Amino acid sequence: MTTSSSQVHSLAVPNRRLPRISLGMLLVLPALTAILLLYALPLARSLVTAFRDSSGAWTTDHVVRAFSLYGRDMLFSVGVVSVSLALIAAISIAISGYLVLGATPWAVRLLRWLYRWPLFIPFVVTGQIARSFLATNGMMNNVLVETGLMASSSAQSFLDWRGLVLTFAWKQVPFVTLLLAGAMAAVDRSHIEAARNAGANRLRCLFEIVLPQAAPSLWVGLILSLVAMLSVLSVPMMLISGNPTMMTAMMAHRITYYGDYGIANALGLFSYALTAVTAWVYLRLTLRREATA
Amino acid sequence: MTISKLLTPLGLGVVLGLVAFIVFGPLLNLVMWAFAEQWFYPNRLPTGWGFSFWERVFRPRAGAWTSLFNTVLVACSAVLLSMALAIPAGYALARQALPARSVIMLLFLLPQAFPNLPIFVNIAAIFYQWGLNGTLVGVVLVHSLPGLVYAVWITTAAFSAVDRSLEEAARNLGASPLRSFTDITLPQALPGLLAASIFVFLDSIDEFTGTFFVGAPEITTLPLLMFNASMGGNYQVAAITALILLIPSVGFMLVIERFLKADVLARVGR
Repeated sequence: MTTSSSQVHSLAVPNRRLPRISLGMLLVLPALTAILLLYALPLARSLVTAFRDSSGAWTTDHVVRAFSLYGRDMLFSVGVVSVSLALIAAISIAISGYLVLGATPWAVRLLRWLYRWPLFIPFVVTGQIARSFLATNGMMNNVLVETGLMASSSAQSFLDWRGLVLTFAWKQVPFVTLLLAGAMAAVDRSHIEAARNAGANRLRCLFEIVLPQAAPSLWVGLILSLVAMLSVLSVPMMLISGNPTMMTAMMAHRITYYGDYGIANALGLFSYALTAVTAWVYLRLTLRREATA
Repeated sequence: MTISKLLTPLGLGVVLGLVAFIVFGPLLNLVMWAFAEQWFYPNRLPTGWGFSFWERVFRPRAGAWTSLFNTVLVACSAVLLSMALAIPAGYALARQALPARSVIMLLFLLPQAFPNLPIFVNIAAIFYQWGLNGTLVGVVLVHSLPGLVYAVWITTAAFSAVDRSLEEAARNLGASPLRSFTDITLPQALPGLLAASIFVFLDSIDEFTGTFFVGAPEITTLPLLMFNASMGGNYQVAAITALILLIPSVGFMLVIERFLKADVLARVGR
């Protein structure tokens, strides 16, 4: 490190200290401006519009009306999202647990190849897929009837809250599993082997050794899934006709049919509030990770 | 008693067969719709197969070509714009001592930490005042918002995964800062930067909500075309459009690990 060139550089440092910092800011500035214009400005507008009436005076009218008009849809959204998250968590834990602890190499390899197919499939496409697969005459009912698991008379459309839950799970499980399996693979093998030697079976190993260590990744995956489910407009519009439906569909309805930004943004407030709780968890996780790093 | 004893190869086969059906059944159903000429309830399978709907979709002036062109043009522009903004930002966030770095990182995390529908609605209202609604520029901008967020995360991770000692060695051997960046840093970060571009591209192809509010009805992308066909009850056209949208998604899913290495993945969001 004591070559002549680095000495020349270190001599130049006092003069270049200040410009270096502003060079960094200069590099970040364009992206920062874009995010302020495309995110912070619309965000501020959505918050302000939710509390302003047509004359520009402050009011809580929109929020009150949003609750009275769409209270059922809010409950519906919370219900669908909670059931979906529980299903996503259960399946992801099962798949990634088997990927890490499974004893049959061919089955592990096959499952690893299988599970991730829906990973990047667009939400709109997932909506169309669900619309044809879960319908009364869709492939799911047909297969159940053909295999004799169900009478053809009891075939019914799953295009309601159950369809939403199944569609969200189908789309999000690969993503959460990818994160969770990655974190589980990073768990120290010696911990697992020590537990196995002490007589713990694979299931206990999964829930007492592997899962607790990989839990932060599971949380991050579930939070990002929650945000995705509360953001997506196409799937509820394609799967649910009528009421109650997801809040995204109601917000779009309010805008396209009534041009009513006040109530739409008040509904938006509720979806923020729902994720604010999880954002708090998310931040706590990142802070804890930074503290340990 | 271990699970491996409980789950004999036969049981494993049944479970994996079920997983395969859950993953591929819906996709197979979609493919069947794309080639079904006639399929009425209560027939379990289409009664007529053929390509006539493909001809109808890809007939000149049918709108599908315009939508496809719009989709690819918007996605590529969103990649260029996002990466042009994200590469310098990612480099600075990974390497430079920035004041309030955690605040800046948080600002780039927020758009993915909250539902984006209200944002898109209000972007549309703002763009309306600026005369950007219904224009390609407006659609590219609205697609670049989620794109930029992914791009900044991944480029920051990619640059911080680059071995610093190699850069220092290059500088010690007399390379200029720019030269050491283009010859040492950039090639090493390239797989991560490609992964970021792929994410932005895929996200733009997936993007429905933003286009729905900002672009429609003047600008139609494939997702909007597919949505309209599906809501109009034209399942064949919807299925064909959906299959086209699946090509890049499945293709990238199969190669993603070549671009996004574990060492970069582990640094995302830091």
